[in-house]
Amino acid sequence: MNCPENVRYSKSHEWVKMEGGTAVIGLTDFAQGELGDLVFVNLPEAGDTVVAGEAFGDVESVKAVSDVFSPVTGTVSEINEELLDHPELINDAPYEAWLIKVEEITDEEELLDAQEYAAHCESEKA
Amino acid sequence: MGSYIPNTKEEQLEMLREIGMQSFDDLYTDIPEAMRLAKPLDLPEGLSELEVSAALEELADKNRRYRHIFRGAGSYHHYIPAIVKQVTSKEEFVTAYTPYQAEISQGILQSVFEYQTMICELTGMDVSNASVYDGATAAAEAAAMCRDRKRGAVCVSATTDPKVLSVIKTYCFGSGAPLLILPEKDGRTDMAAWGAMDTKEIACLYVQTPNYYGILEDGDEIAAAVHESGAKLILGCNPIALGILKTPAEYGADVAVGEGQPLGLPMSFGGPYLGFMAASKDMMRKLPGRIVGQTVDADGRRGYVLTLQAREQHIRREKASSNICSNEALCAMTAAVYLSAMGARGLEKAATACMANAHYLLEGLLKAGFVRKYQGEFFHEFVTVCPGNAYELSEKLGEQGYLSGLPLNEREMLWCCTEMNTKQEIDTLLALVGEVIS
Amino acid sequence: MKLIFEMGGAGRGMDLLPDCQTPVIGTGAFGRKQPLRLPEVSETEVSRHYTELAGQTHGVNDGFYPLGSCTMKYNPKVNEAAAALPGFTGIHPLQEEGDVQGCLEVLARAEQYLCEITGMDAMTLQPAAGAHGEFTGLLLIKAYHARRNDGKRKKIIVPDSAHGTNPASAAMAGFEIVNIPSDGNGCVDLEKLRAAVGEDTAGLMLTNPNTVGLFDPDIGEITRIVHEAGGLCYYDGANLNAVMGIARPGDMGFDVMHLNLHKTFSTPHGGGGPGSGPVGCKSFLAEFLPGLRIAAGEHGFTEGRSAHTVGDVRSFGGNFLVVVKALAYIMTLGREGIPEAASNAVLNANYMMHRLKPYYKMAYDHVCMHEFVMTLENMKHDYNVTALDIAKALLDHGIHPPTMYFPLIVHEALMVEPTETESRETLDGAVQIFVDVLNQAKETPEKMHEYPLKTFVRRLDEVSAARRPVVKYTWEQEKI
Repeated sequence: MNCPENVRYSKSHEWVKMEGGTAVIGLTDFAQGELGDLVFVNLPEAGDTVVAGEAFGDVESVKAVSDVFSPVTGTVSEINEELLDHPELINDAPYEAWLIKVEEITDEEELLDAQEYAAHCESEKA
Repeated sequence: MGSYIPNTKEEQLEMLREIGMQSFDDLYTDIPEAMRLAKPLDLPEGLSELEVSAALEELADKNRRYRHIFRGAGSYHHYIPAIVKQVTSKEEFVTAYTPYQAEISQGILQSVFEYQTMICELTGMDVSNASVYDGATAAAEAAAMCRDRKRGAVCVSATTDPKVLSVIKTYCFGSGAPLLILPEKDGRTDMAAWGAMDTKEIACLYVQTPNYYGILEDGDEIAAAVHESGAKLILGCNPIALGILKTPAEYGADVAVGEGQPLGLPMSFGGPYLGFMAASKDMMRKLPGRIVGQTVDADGRRGYVLTLQAREQHIRREKASSNICSNEALCAMTAAVYLSAMGARGLEKAATACMANAHYLLEGLLKAGFVRKYQGEFFHEFVTVCPGNAYELSEKLGEQGYLSGLPLNEREMLWCCTEMNTKQEIDTLLALVGEVIS
Repeated sequence: MKLIFEMGGAGRGMDLLPDCQTPVIGTGAFGRKQPLRLPEVSETEVSRHYTELAGQTHGVNDGFYPLGSCTMKYNPKVNEAAAALPGFTGIHPLQEEGDVQGCLEVLARAEQYLCEITGMDAMTLQPAAGAHGEFTGLLLIKAYHARRNDGKRKKIIVPDSAHGTNPASAAMAGFEIVNIPSDGNGCVDLEKLRAAVGEDTAGLMLTNPNTVGLFDPDIGEITRIVHEAGGLCYYDGANLNAVMGIARPGDMGFDVMHLNLHKTFSTPHGGGGPGSGPVGCKSFLAEFLPGLRIAAGEHGFTEGRSAHTVGDVRSFGGNFLVVVKALAYIMTLGREGIPEAASNAVLNANYMMHRLKPYYKMAYDHVCMHEFVMTLENMKHDYNVTALDIAKALLDHGIHPPTMYFPLIVHEALMVEPTETESRETLDGAVQIFVDVLNQAKETPEKMHEYPLKTFVRRLDEVSAARRPVVKYTWEQEKI
């Protein structure tokens, strides 16, 4: 299982990478593996507020829907429009297929580093 | 007593014993004694098939079935080609369930795919679902589709069929959506009133054309005004009329809905009917209900499946936009067979006759002293002010075997003609009307 | 096979209507400019096309259909004949009362018999499906609390085993959903229920027997707990086939409920509909019922409305012809036949469960009601063979598989509901097929992912169908 070092992880299987004051958020390799082939993503709009620990959208596979949670509180500055037509990018390259970018960050959840996250995934599998 | 249980009493007892029970009572030990029925239900004894058949025939005979029908108002008497009944009686179609196991349900799935295509063709829209219960619930579901976090109010034209309005109102009672009525003026939607409203929280406007009074609304003006305000337009339409009239897509509607009963379904005292819903491409994922999609199988063969299921209740549960599960599948197939049999030329012919006959009837009624209420182009329905009492007129015509237009009140009547009315029939009706009012 | 749009050609058609006899009226600015493309086919082609489609459709009439929670019982032909009578089909819904006494009597008798079977006091026949009925019943609950100015009651409690329509209907009715987990026996966890009820409880939605096929013996206590907190109890009637004529929801403490005529009362499923979902209630809720209220008077039946009706959930009175079929069925079975059908539904389910138990793992080791749930969890773990794989393998044997992956509280679930209208030989034959498939799965597990092999199409690519939906035919000129 893939856990790059340069990002941090939430317990609900999102990754977040800081680019200056902007948080870039996506789904982890573990998440996309569990979800299976993704067929659609429901994303917020630029300008919407997101809250740390709360769902900001969802991803659909053929037979299931899963909420995606924000690791930070802030304002959505950009959404990855390419995912609307090609949700499979999340399955193919989860750490490149970011979902949203968030600015004006005022809060964040308790986040894990790569080793802690890998251990967290192991414990979930058991 | 009729029973559809193949096993005889002896076989049943053997089966009970095989599973270690002595009687049927042993199967129900989980039910508290106090809840088990102590005495038999207060129902009549079961009957043989012959007796049930006779009883239902007796009930049917207590109804008066008219041959000469001039009433519409949401339920229409159209010609049903013989092949429609034949096809839709095929037991495979009648007794199949929802096509969840696609591999053995390609017949159903393909027929729904064909139906969806035909609804898109009729309405001009990009996508259609596999049906909802009727035109009224289609309107209510369409309103729900248009609502979002920023715009939650639903606006409905006062020229809407009161039954449709009632259902939208009831659904808004459920969702909590504020409901606004856009006034009418001279029998059409008053767009000046729209201009005077504060529309920034209105999600959609529902207008039907032809409207309840039969009048064709100015769809271009309505669409322009609604879109200018940032709201969506839901057009209720008549599927036969779409054989010759401008489509909701041509008007720029965001959602097109309507009652599909005219497409091969008998009037049947109100049901089962067929609600069709079609939308623009970007509203596809907001459509409620089942949608069939084309795909390929493991060997590359073309096939069909239920798709976009992640919208639906069995996956989204409380987050689903609609709870709809069972729909009107066999009625949708009925519509598809009807449209296949009629073709574009047949539908044009039916629509042309509806319109021509209705105008011919109006002309005759005007000569007889009726006054038309509301001016303007119409399809196959119109309202007249009657020389006398509308209810009495209706009763007298009924005695002669003619189902008149619907009395809207003491003086006004909503008339309807279809391709089923012959010129001779209309002439006879006019003659009878002449007699009654003199 | 060809789509109907790929058949026939320009100029082909059927000669159905005479020429217009009255002066044609031009459509002018209201005319359609977009061409209308519908099939151009002869009657021979239409007829053969649909015969071919029928050949690729499997219905109850074709074979065993043990689809749990759907009650795929035999659809009696006398019902179809009754519903086809011109004295029913040719009636306009807005004819005068005096002209439709037969229709009104059908509705009145159906209401009367269904109330007797369910222990309810009044019933509307307007809802067109079970989910539609759920929505309606929840509106009654909403109206009731609103009328008592008890507006803080915004929550509906739903067990996690509930059918998806339950929470979806509650959301449509404007309620918040409180999910409570089931206990280890698949039944309502009384402690969790007690903790969940309060001043904000509008009601509870429940089905009994529940979705794992068990009758919850604590039902009296469950409804008592909710009533004590001021809430009402809604009964999802989807599983009534197990207990009709044996026990009544009205006697279990339920205040309002829906029925599925297309399940319990034998009306056919039609490939997904039309159904009918009548909603029954106790007298204190009757004033809120939507649709037509039929009353028997001196001069016959009359149409009326409830005093504080929630309005209408459909146009006109409901799916009338479906009600006709259900009425014919109830008249056929009668007083004795109703409980006999239920008892045999339960017998057949227990018989199949008993014979499958040595081979398949049952989710709950207990006498079942009309359906039972098996779990293929072990097969997944040991052989990587899932419930889906087993189901697809069954297709090659000509039987419709059981319901897959429902309820959600059982992993790799297959829910089996044989119904009472199957013979012992059919059940024995099905058991043999189930056993053969399982043995095959253990011997050659890798092959299980290939099934079905003998059906018209193999497994279909649902991922592409959802990612790039193609939901209508594209004509040649658009394909460029």
